[in-house]
Amino acid sequence: MTKLPLLQVAALRKSFGGVVATDDVHLDVNKGELHAIIGPNGAGKTTLISQLSGALMPDKGSISLDGVDITSAPAYKRARLGITRSFQITSLVMEMSVLDNVALAVQARKGSSFRFIKPARKIAEIRDEAMTYVRKLGLRKRAHEPTSALSHGEHRQMEIAIALASEAELMLLDEPMAGLGPEESRLLTDFLLELKGSRSILLIEHDMDAVFALADRISVLVYGRIIATGTPDEIRANSDVRHAYLGEE
Amino acid sequence: MLKMNKTGWVTLIGMAALAILPPLLLLNGQAFYMDLATRLVILAIAAVSLNLILGFGGLVSFGHAAFIGLGAYAVGIPAYHSMWGGFDLIASSNGLLHLALAVGVSALFALITGAISLRTKGVYFIMITMAFGQMAFFLFQSLEAYNGDDGLTIDLRSELPFLNLDEPMQLYALSYGSLVLVMLLVRMIVNSRFGVVLQGSKGNAERMVTLGYNPYVYRLTAYVISGAICGYAGFLLGNFTTFISPDMMHWTRSGELMFMVILGGVSTMFGPVLGASIFILLEEVLSSFTTYWHLPFGLMLIGVVLFIRGGLMGLFKGKGE
Repeated sequence: MTKLPLLQVAALRKSFGGVVATDDVHLDVNKGELHAIIGPNGAGKTTLISQLSGALMPDKGSISLDGVDITSAPAYKRARLGITRSFQITSLVMEMSVLDNVALAVQARKGSSFRFIKPARKIAEIRDEAMTYVRKLGLRKRAHEPTSALSHGEHRQMEIAIALASEAELMLLDEPMAGLGPEESRLLTDFLLELKGSRSILLIEHDMDAVFALADRISVLVYGRIIATGTPDEIRANSDVRHAYLGEE
Repeated sequence: MLKMNKTGWVTLIGMAALAILPPLLLLNGQAFYMDLATRLVILAIAAVSLNLILGFGGLVSFGHAAFIGLGAYAVGIPAYHSMWGGFDLIASSNGLLHLALAVGVSALFALITGAISLRTKGVYFIMITMAFGQMAFFLFQSLEAYNGDDGLTIDLRSELPFLNLDEPMQLYALSYGSLVLVMLLVRMIVNSRFGVVLQGSKGNAERMVTLGYNPYVYRLTAYVISGAICGYAGFLLGNFTTFISPDMMHWTRSGELMFMVILGGVSTMFGPVLGASIFILLEEVLSSFTTYWHLPFGLMLIGVVLFIRGGLMGLFKGKGE
């Protein structure tokens, strides 16, 4: 482990009024690693992700990506540097088609979008590539339908397709399985397993089966603090964690 | 041709009617209708420009009439000085200078006011654009040199190569041709890579940021383009009315432009033109019955908004469009 981690978070702190949502968090994600964060509701998991993606600014601490300090970079710049996120509550452009949504992610890394002449939907380079991601997530048949017409499960798949299409080095996935049925969850878990290693992923998830099947390392967040970090086996064996979170009877 | 949908046909028929009817009426000695049509077409250009940011950008600008006024004064002020002297720098009846001023000043005004307004959202954006519009209104109202409130008569229309704007037919041809070009231009922009980012930012700005787009710069660019086109409409309107006053910039005028866009149907190509047509025709018909024509007009607008999704163009949309 002499290599520099891709993402390094040090002494991060964020409070809302009197509530400390992120309390002295140290965290890193190595290249190709799948690092999961678990913790009870209200532990500050989404708040943490939002600070990493740039949607929220931390009060203190630092965040760096590949050795570059990005603590105060706006969200769109972080995205260009290679961080993408999926949303716990689906966040898509509902009035556009499925393919359009994914194509926007492809277009974002194909140079400037300050181009006014060629119709965007006729640029084969972008459309074809977007279609491969749509197909990968099994949405081929719905590609040209407006996003609003799709089911919740399909929206979750779209979130992943978009994260993939952005080709970000680091994917922040905020509860990708939220609201999915057991079968859909299993399919998505398999998909992430397949993806593992080729991307660095920070995963927030409540589905413990998925987390323990997927993660290289797990950090446990309770009341804004990370109380333990380790391999799935270490976390399973950790008595603090059992006490605080896993609900040891 | 056979693949064209209903909206396409409505657009084609509507545009053809605007191309053919007014000149025919003029040839039959009905100059009044030609006047009406010219005003209609010019306001349609302004409405199409507003639709770029309102319909496709989701930015409800309540100060768009300011650009019309700026464009009109870009004709009036140089014409005034070329007639009465002073302000040598711009004193001229050269139409190309007027045109450059109208578009340039409007774009600059849009850049400055947009840079500030676009830092706000929703209702605040509506209020701040309205405030900037009113600022322009009061500024011109206080300019004694140009008769302030009483307005300015344009003694000389812009002189353009190949065109004589004193001829109603030629002025109409220029206005109609401009409308067609502006519609094609806006269509090109909204379908381009820039356009899909603009529309994506309207639908879900948070998502666009996550993808690495900064919605602010796309919106500001669209705002400047929209303002510049609207300024061009003002250039035409100044040449058409040959009388300009700060009243052209009043917020109620901005409201009328919004009416046109919403009535006709936002985010459609022909919607703003249809809206402008109905607005102008109804204004004419209703005001011949009663001076309180705004009341039935307002009720109608409420009816359209409540019962027809997507404005009047929504009536022609097939399922799944």
